Amino acid sequence: MSEQNQNGRRVGEVILDLQNISLRFGGVKALTDISFNVKEHEIRAIIGPNGAGKSSMLNVINGVYHPQEGRIVFHGEERKKMEPHMAATQGIARTFQNIALFKGMSVLDNIMTGRITKMKCGFLEQALYLGRAQKEELAHREKVEEVIDFLEIQHIRKTPVGRLPYGLQKRVELGRALAAEPSLLLLDEPMAGMNVEEKQDMCRFILDVNDQFGTTIVLIEHDMGVVMDISDRVVVLDYGKKIGDGTPDDVRNNQEVISAYLGVAH
Amino acid sequence: MLYREAGQFKTSYAADQQIFPIRQDRIAIGLILVVAALVVPMVASEYWIKAILIPFLIFSLAALGLNILTGYAGQLSLGSAAFMAVGAFAAYNFMGRIEGMPVLLAFVGGGLSAAAVGILFGLPSLRIKGFYLAVATLAAQFFIVWALTKFGWFSMDSSSGVITAQEIQILGYRFDTPISLYLLVLTIVAVMALAAKNMVRSSVGRAWMAVRDMDVAAEVIGIRIMHTKLLAFAISSFYCGVAGALYAYAYLGTVEPEGFNLDLSFKILFMIIIGGVGSIMGSFLGAAFIVLLPIFLDVLIQDFLTGLLPPSISSNLQLMVFGGLIIFFLIVEPHGLARLWQIGKEKLRLWPFPH
Repeated sequence: MSEQNQNGRRVGEVILDLQNISLRFGGVKALTDISFNVKEHEIRAIIGPNGAGKSSMLNVINGVYHPQEGRIVFHGEERKKMEPHMAATQGIARTFQNIALFKGMSVLDNIMTGRITKMKCGFLEQALYLGRAQKEELAHREKVEEVIDFLEIQHIRKTPVGRLPYGLQKRVELGRALAAEPSLLLLDEPMAGMNVEEKQDMCRFILDVNDQFGTTIVLIEHDMGVVMDISDRVVVLDYGKKIGDGTPDDVRNNQEVISAYLGVAH
Repeated sequence: MLYREAGQFKTSYAADQQIFPIRQDRIAIGLILVVAALVVPMVASEYWIKAILIPFLIFSLAALGLNILTGYAGQLSLGSAAFMAVGAFAAYNFMGRIEGMPVLLAFVGGGLSAAAVGILFGLPSLRIKGFYLAVATLAAQFFIVWALTKFGWFSMDSSSGVITAQEIQILGYRFDTPISLYLLVLTIVAVMALAAKNMVRSSVGRAWMAVRDMDVAAEVIGIRIMHTKLLAFAISSFYCGVAGALYAYAYLGTVEPEGFNLDLSFKILFMIIIGGVGSIMGSFLGAAFIVLLPIFLDVLIQDFLTGLLPPSISSNLQLMVFGGLIIFFLIVEPHGLARLWQIGKEKLRLWPFPH
């Protein structure tokens, strides 16, 4: 079933299929008739100029926005009306364009929060903190420590995230998303505002996540070098419409994409 | 013994996740409990126990309740006194209407009634935040006190809603001396404080803090916002309700609805602001500050300043100093006494070296 693509990744079946999505806020058309799909294990990039509707697209995928038209099929099931927390239980995790960490909590607590859908004890058991509640807490702590090791942030695990530099905060946010063991990971500009080394680190983590855990990744990024390097397929949006879709090379040579980014001679 | 954690290595996650990971802290808290349970009843005078320690513990519990809601879950509330009133009046009704009702069960019933009312008045929090929510809880404050005064049913038709607490009896033992009441209150407060600490270090507490810090991200992670907020209202009101029942049964004996007015709500709010928002320990420090400071100032003024100042000034001096100190604290350390304590501990770990 699975084939090796040009990046050496085993890309599987389609796990997320978006069909004719249209999203409006009042009279403003954020997305118009957009269709694309995401295959298992691939890294799928969404690019486009500012205001093209990239973040709205992610918000549609994880249930924050509800498109007026179109169908979303995830793991073969058509999605009914849903709340964002239901997307989380189905295995969709995401990071945000502007860091959305819980500032008052430590790195450890932030990442532990990422596992919340997997914790089953009620508040009474937790108030007593005996038996099951304690066992559960410790089991999840172990999983979280794996994520902390993976992202190489052991030295800051007890630090409140508000005190961390920007690059590390981005990494913690990735950790919080990973802690949920998602099957689909949405990354909204994971490298915005980073310097070259931080970008390299982040790229390495993204590739490692994809490689080791087999996580499917949809990412929005403005750094074309990064996008062309790490992604398998790229969707290009402009003014809420899809203007290109394909491998990085296809997209690079697509006339419409070039016009959207560089402008057209009149 | 120096306050050092050098040499205390954690070899398991269980050891790392205990409430007091540093050995000196464990010894200190053990000592405090022993002193509170054994030494205080032997040495403290009746006045100290009745007028200072019991109200301090009860207010600590109420502050703890408000801290769960405001400090951890981030929902501002001005209705804590009203939830205390619900607890007190519900416990009174359970005791008065049900023959042979065990008093502890009546306290729990009072707490649960307060929790139910808390959920009801917490519903607006699903739509509104911050100051607007504070105003909505203000409605709870006024409505509940009004309802308890207006409808005689709540006070079993006593005149103007005044209730007189029934005698406390547990397993045939009568709690009628200040010391026995003090020990009862101490036990309840210690157990509930431990439960609160356990909740805030588990996933319930993390969900509350996540909603407080960034609700959109919390929802995307999989936290049910509505459930989390209403749970915070319920548990917070439960704590306030039990505190209210104790306020009536172990402290005042006779209370009227007006005793749970907005002033009391503000007092509890000041306690958590001064003590430390989002800190269990801060609730206790804040309650100690608010309960003890006026008494301390009273003594000071009476002993040293009676002759020097005209009575019209000295009687108001306490309020002025009190207000001044609150402003001073908010400027110097907006995160409250608990943060000062934290900073002090961090400094002490390195003392006498600066780094």
